[in-house]
Amino acid sequence: MTRSHDPGECEMTLLVQADFDGELDAAQAAALAAHRAECSICRATSESLERVRHALREQATYHRAPSALRARLVARAGPLRPASIWVSGWRRGAVSFVAGGAIAAAVMLAVVPRGTPGLADQVLAGHLRALEPGHLEDVPSTDQHTVKPWFDGKLDFAPPVKNLGAVGFPLLGGRLDYLGGRRVAAIVYGRAKHVIDLYAWPESGPDRAPADMARQGYNIVHWRTNGMALWAVSDVEQGELDAFARDWQAAP
Amino acid sequence: MEREGGGRDFKRSVLPHLDAAYNLARWLMRAPTDAEDVVQEAVVRALTYFAGFRGDNARGWFLQIVRNTAYASMKLDRDPRVIPLASAASDDTGAVAPELVDPADDPERAMLKARAHESLDRLLAALPLELREAIVLRELQELSYREIAQIIQAPVGTVMSRLWRARQLLAEAAQREAVP
Repeated sequence: MTRSHDPGECEMTLLVQADFDGELDAAQAAALAAHRAECSICRATSESLERVRHALREQATYHRAPSALRARLVARAGPLRPASIWVSGWRRGAVSFVAGGAIAAAVMLAVVPRGTPGLADQVLAGHLRALEPGHLEDVPSTDQHTVKPWFDGKLDFAPPVKNLGAVGFPLLGGRLDYLGGRRVAAIVYGRAKHVIDLYAWPESGPDRAPADMARQGYNIVHWRTNGMALWAVSDVEQGELDAFARDWQAAP
Repeated sequence: MEREGGGRDFKRSVLPHLDAAYNLARWLMRAPTDAEDVVQEAVVRALTYFAGFRGDNARGWFLQIVRNTAYASMKLDRDPRVIPLASAASDDTGAVAPELVDPADDPERAMLKARAHESLDRLLAALPLELREAIVLRELQELSYREIAQIIQAPVGTVMSRLWRARQLLAEAAQREAVP
């Protein structure tokens, strides 16, 4: 390429570029075409612009949003928008956490004044808090043999970490959370573009079959097995969350 | 419920531009994890301010937030770092995506194609920040001067001169490297 496209060499250069970018109206474009017929510098400029565009559009990478990022953000922009914005203020410390929780719980109770109060709201609040950037997984991993040992020493129990990728619920990672006055394990699964949080902590009592609940467009399933309380929360359809609970129980 | 309506509007008007947001963030930040952080933070900001958004160009509005978030993240609000093209080109190779080979191509063609991609990506990544954002928005995102001006918060004339300089640098560098 010659240096003839230096902008100093023809005063029409930026107009040539504007024409090339489709920014001129018909009259301007016609005037420029007449000039270009006379000006070899502007003809060379047009060719150079075309070569650069061709190279960029053919060869430069257009980076599409990674699907895991998309899934997190779509989940974040779910129907509970205002509440989860409030949640963003909770991260600072225990005091603001309690205050924010009280507000969110009050809103939720006002909207859905039935069902088991307390724990379900805390489960949902924990799920929403986790959807904050960078808070979904403390240990992002699709490998249960990475996630499970990560909990060692952080909890006084061994949470059941299962990989359900084969049945369409890939393991995304794990994190610690604080529910019902104790540290619990949160195991994070994906479902298409959605996120499912599975909370687990020891709880005495007989095994209990999965029971469904709904909170503000989010679905919750909870059950008890082998002395472990399990609460799954997500914005996936109730039927899919039921399937998740079934598949989880069936998995080794 | 009004709030759910707001959530759906956000999903319908802003989330369709996630690819555009990520592509811009990725080219500004040049590292995938930084780009993800920027897009996530931008979505949080966009959700916060969406109720007050009255315009009809949600894409431009969202990309402006992405761009401002990226600049804040680079702590470069008014002083964009300028990287000399030649020196940056040599040490920036690690920042560009390797996943460029179309498996449908035969190996030899695929390799040539991959090399061309790598080369162009490297040249683009080495452009000074304010030229890079202009050319990415114009050639990869195919936005108009007016939209680019809105996103980078500069006059249209500035957009034109930055595009010109970006194209000139790319043309010269490509000629030096003899990109096919």
